[in-house]
Amino acid sequence: MTTSTAIPLVSYLRLEPSPHLVANECTSCGARFFDRRNACASCFATSFREVDIPTDGVVRSFTIVAMAAPGVPVPFVAAIVDCGGTSVRGNVINTDPTPEKVSLGMKVRLATYSLGTDDDGVEAIGFGFEPA
Amino acid sequence: MASDDIYILGISMTKFGKHTDLDIVDLGAQAAMAALADGGVSMRDMGILAAGNLMGAGGYGQQLQKQIGQTGIPVYNVSNACATGATALRTAIMAVKSGEVKMGLAVGAEKLAGAGLLGGGGTAKKDGKKWEPKGRYGAIAPTDGRIGTDTMPGTFAQVGMEYGHKYGGASFELFARISEKNHAHSVLNPMAAYQKRFTLEEIMGDIMIAYPNTRPMCSANCDGAAAAVVTSGEVLKTLSPDQQRRAIKVSASVLTTDPYQEACQILPDVNTLTRNAAKQAYEKAGVGPEDLDLVELHDCFATAELVHYDNLMLCPEGGAVDFFMSGAPWRDGKTPVNVSGGLQSKGHPISATGIANIWEICHHLRGEAGDRQIQGAKVGLAHVIGLGSACGVHILEKVG
Repeated sequence: MTTSTAIPLVSYLRLEPSPHLVANECTSCGARFFDRRNACASCFATSFREVDIPTDGVVRSFTIVAMAAPGVPVPFVAAIVDCGGTSVRGNVINTDPTPEKVSLGMKVRLATYSLGTDDDGVEAIGFGFEPA
Repeated sequence: MASDDIYILGISMTKFGKHTDLDIVDLGAQAAMAALADGGVSMRDMGILAAGNLMGAGGYGQQLQKQIGQTGIPVYNVSNACATGATALRTAIMAVKSGEVKMGLAVGAEKLAGAGLLGGGGTAKKDGKKWEPKGRYGAIAPTDGRIGTDTMPGTFAQVGMEYGHKYGGASFELFARISEKNHAHSVLNPMAAYQKRFTLEEIMGDIMIAYPNTRPMCSANCDGAAAAVVTSGEVLKTLSPDQQRRAIKVSASVLTTDPYQEACQILPDVNTLTRNAAKQAYEKAGVGPEDLDLVELHDCFATAELVHYDNLMLCPEGGAVDFFMSGAPWRDGKTPVNVSGGLQSKGHPISATGIANIWEICHHLRGEAGDRQIQGAKVGLAHVIGLGSACGVHILEKVG
């Protein structure tokens, strides 16, 4: 038996206390990164702190991908979401992937979904943004 | 001509398209030998070879030497995404500019016919196996398709849509109209992979790849090569009147990468590095966007062409939609853009692209462009951008 029953798709998705994203923020210039960094790409400083990203945002750009690599289900909406000044990459989910349902400037909020469970019973959790 | 000016002495491209009987070395050799012949020189005159190829096994320059002449000169194998060709050319230019060599040869070649969709994918976990975080994001599964898209059509679709969000007016139809222009231009270019004019309805009704880019709005994967011989003004003075007459001055050769911007980790910022390269190029050349008789810019997707009108300062900031709708970038407009047909119809054999666009400009400046000649062309600009990112801008002038 495992103690943990859920694992996030990426380490910058936190499931507790409620699902939200975190970024590594440069303590010197405030630049935010979702991945592990050796030094800040903006100011070269090497100290980072973890910050929570707002779960509400606005769609700043999107595309509806109709053709993708084998194994990637289509169509889906890939978007750039402005979450309180931090740009986040994610799919727009829980709505039809059509230009009628998705628009520039639309308000969205973070949402999670299951990717399945492994042999140890651990469920993988992904995220996207749904219309708010 | 000033002694330290740089000139294109000879330049060539193969026809872009499907070359089933030619391998990548054949294609590069064809372009290289034609560029040497065009410049009236031989491999014996070359002091450096800069060779660009992205999808091959490496060591492309040395492979090429075995077929066109092994003279012992240094080879620089360059790889810089879609800016590979421009980087090879710039490498040869820097070698001449430094005074280390008198002439240099730059070659870019690629075989991409039938390559399909570029970017994206990943290996999924085998059923049942344990989820294991990997890489810098600690991802337990491929993120392409789950957290946005890694495909090129999708990435550049977002680039265009972001411009639309910022300034307005960028509809599906507008982007399709940009593609309509480039396909219309291609009809006059026998070197293009596709020479078919499409109606707006055909473009919008074609297979959707990544909204708003339908298939004809995407660059065409194909085979091709291009090559150029560069030299200095000092050397050119010693050459024949005919070589001097046909030589084209490289008034600016600039390469940039993307400086840090908020969001550049999320969606590649193709704007800032292009604007920076353009600014530097205009300053070095002492010309402005209003002086350009033609522009070949990196229309890897219709959505990309729009933003580069702005980035190259062909229009006021935020004015790309109005610039296009005014008819300016059509071949009979104020600033003809992509009269070759652009990457959407001429094709995009990645490493060849950054030299082939310069060939197109030179062809017009020399007055040798036949049916698609832009009459009286004196100054032109060639732009490429590769994701990652790298941007090359060259300004070329007719002086002889």
